[in-house]
Amino acid sequence: MRLVLEQRAETGWALRLLSPLLAVALALVSAAVMFAALGADPLAALHAYFVLPLSDSWGLQEVAVKATPLVLISVGLAFCYRAGVWNIGAEGQFLVGALGGAWLAVATHGGAQGPWLLPAMLAAGALGGALFALIPALLRTRFGASEILTSLMLVYVAELLLDWLVRGPWRDPAGFNMPQTVTFSPAATLPLLAEGGRVNLGTPLTLLIVAAAALVAARTLKGFEIRLVGEAPRAARFAGFDAKRVTWAVFAFSGALAGLAGIMEVAGTLRQLQPGLSPGYGFTAIIVAFLGRLNPVGCLVAGVFLAVTFIGGENAQIMLRLPLDATRVFQGLLLFYVLACDTLLLYRLRLLRSAPA
Amino acid sequence: MPSGSARILSAETPLLEARRLTRRFGALVANDAIDLAVRAGEAHALLGENGAGKSTLVKMLYGLLQPDAGQVLWRGAPAALPDPRAARALGVGMVFQHFSLFDAMSVAENVALALDVPEPLPRVAERLAAVSSAYGLPLEPAREVWRLSVGERQRVEIVRCLMQDPRLIILDEPTSVLTPQEAEGLFGTLDRLRAEGRAVLYISHKLEEVRRLCEAATILRGGKVVAACDPRAESAASLARMMVGAEVGAARRADRGDAGPVRLSVHALSLPPDEPHGIGLHDVSLDLRAGEVLGIAGVAGNGQDALFAALSGERAAPAADRIILDGAAVGREDISARRRRGGAFVPEERLGHAAAPAFRLSENALLAGHATEGFAPGGLVRRSRLLGFVDRVTAAFDVRKGPRDPEARALSGGNLQKFVVGREILRGPRLLVVCQPTWGVDAGAAQVIRQAILDLARGGAAVLVISQDLDELLEITDRIAVIFHGRLSAATPTGWTTREEIGLLMGGAATAEAT
Repeated sequence: MRLVLEQRAETGWALRLLSPLLAVALALVSAAVMFAALGADPLAALHAYFVLPLSDSWGLQEVAVKATPLVLISVGLAFCYRAGVWNIGAEGQFLVGALGGAWLAVATHGGAQGPWLLPAMLAAGALGGALFALIPALLRTRFGASEILTSLMLVYVAELLLDWLVRGPWRDPAGFNMPQTVTFSPAATLPLLAEGGRVNLGTPLTLLIVAAAALVAARTLKGFEIRLVGEAPRAARFAGFDAKRVTWAVFAFSGALAGLAGIMEVAGTLRQLQPGLSPGYGFTAIIVAFLGRLNPVGCLVAGVFLAVTFIGGENAQIMLRLPLDATRVFQGLLLFYVLACDTLLLYRLRLLRSAPA
Repeated sequence: MPSGSARILSAETPLLEARRLTRRFGALVANDAIDLAVRAGEAHALLGENGAGKSTLVKMLYGLLQPDAGQVLWRGAPAALPDPRAARALGVGMVFQHFSLFDAMSVAENVALALDVPEPLPRVAERLAAVSSAYGLPLEPAREVWRLSVGERQRVEIVRCLMQDPRLIILDEPTSVLTPQEAEGLFGTLDRLRAEGRAVLYISHKLEEVRRLCEAATILRGGKVVAACDPRAESAASLARMMVGAEVGAARRADRGDAGPVRLSVHALSLPPDEPHGIGLHDVSLDLRAGEVLGIAGVAGNGQDALFAALSGERAAPAADRIILDGAAVGREDISARRRRGGAFVPEERLGHAAAPAFRLSENALLAGHATEGFAPGGLVRRSRLLGFVDRVTAAFDVRKGPRDPEARALSGGNLQKFVVGREILRGPRLLVVCQPTWGVDAGAAQVIRQAILDLARGGAAVLVISQDLDELLEITDRIAVIFHGRLSAATPTGWTTREEIGLLMGGAATAEAT
């Protein structure tokens, strides 16, 4: 007897919905086993991870703050992955976007600032992320270099660039030699939605972008073109669509959204540049994109879920002394199960009995 | 079982027998209680339309698929076929329709790779030379596969199969890629194999060939055996009736006057191959008039792909004036621009090229019509317009499907082909370039498609048909040209030429004289 995978004739919508839920359930079970192995009470750990963050206003606001960059980046990545373009370097595009916008804030600090500054910072952030993302696009379309490797390697370039800037040219002169820039002035800071709260203007802006992206993906010729190029490249050529142009477009778009997320994080939440300003948003967004079925609205739901794991991880670290890496492990498990369950979407398992000899 | 008793049995006992072999794919019963008996020394034809279940059956006999029910007997004893290796060990060999050879390796290396018991390469080359000369299949063991013609590649596949010393050889549509002359050579080889007591299971839909070659035939329709007969005692028409279950007519030729003005003109077009061992185009010229059907015959892999890509605009010509459409130099224009000028195109591959398998029919309508049909004004896709178009194609071309708007891969080959051809013809094009219009399509659908092509030409459109099916070209074209190694012969009126002349050109006779 042996197990074989057989291709399904057609995949029902119920299965498409069920698959990510199944993945989440499997990841939760595995996480419980892991927590037990680490010596914690699995139920208490799961409670700290997934219930506490959602049980008070502070927790909910934190979830919104963490979900915002995840959702924004993952929406861009969803377009890339639909087109079969494997942009793994959103983390780098996020950082370069943060640098691009922060440069305006640092350069004008204590000088000429006005209401123009914030929009200009956001635009510079998006532009920085897009330009940085066009490097792997160029290497891919011009030289055939794998965008998986080039985009990933550029993440380290961006991290080191940030490190050098905040330790060198952009360091706050009054910052006791700490590797960070000045704290941004109010003119260079995204306004909060409510006084005393944590959520800033970036969150509603992200919701608008999700709605627009959902419309583009579902209803426009451009969305169709992107999907066709990814799904059936030869048919896309027959349709008159240019795969190279699509590669450029999705890289620029996802880079711009990652860059925008970067500058919004810096101008809204942190209000200064510092090394390690991202807890790996750009990588976690890859999981969000797949868990959200490469659909902008799905990314919104999945982004909130993964944001909960970030907050829950901090809770568990404080309350149960679980290492923060446990969160990373859980996120990795989740991606593994999402991809594994997707296989079951396309194939069915069949038990083969060997014929009598 | 001792071999002596097997020999005694072999007079009455079939070499291979399938009893009530059944195989399901989801809801589809691809093979429904199939009975089949092949005797030693017999050439047995397996006939059926596309989708009748022929491939499923032979895949089970060769161990590639496992039956859900039923039994395979080998020399009267139940046989287990968990994988092809077990089938080969038993004495079953198979030559596939699509070759699996490594282009960059030599003939001997390709054969050595496939042997179940590894042998040193010089020994393989020696045996290969012996087998190939014994069966009239000339091959050079040291030659790289990419240098071989399609017919020679098939010889490699056959020799590779024969080196396992099979008692039963399964051939899947072996002549579909051969010139008439190459097919004759193959028939000679098959006669020799049968004289040695080997059985041949011959899958084909070419009825004349089967009547000539085979003394027994099993006919499948809809996954069931509908008849077992002696094809020599039947006519091609009666065999076709059994396959299709209805009378099959020929497409009606229209009475046409003189063809109109030249609509498409190609001048000295050359195109490099787009992959290392591919075939490009050399100095191709042709004129196509309004109201005319021009056929391009040729064995697969002689530059048809490059010709289609150049004419459709998937690949740009080196200069604009190489291709003239209605007086305009369009060689540098892309496929959308040529569609706006009234061009319509049907590539050879249905799934993956003409249509995206996982996309719905409405989306596949958008794929080919977004530039001309106003499906997406202002970039916003109008789903209602797409569905209306799908309904019109469905009605005009009798596309049979379950839901209104299924995924393309859910349609049978013939129905998808009707959709893909209908999608282009319904737009009322001025020029139609169609590649293999009825490849792998059942007789009924083929009839609909050929008639639609003829009607389009009668309505004043210019039609170019690229096909490997010579019978089809002789039936529907006004003139025929032959493509060989990327060169195109001059077109001759279809009535003035014979199968043999075209066959010689398909084998490269004209270029051999020229060089």
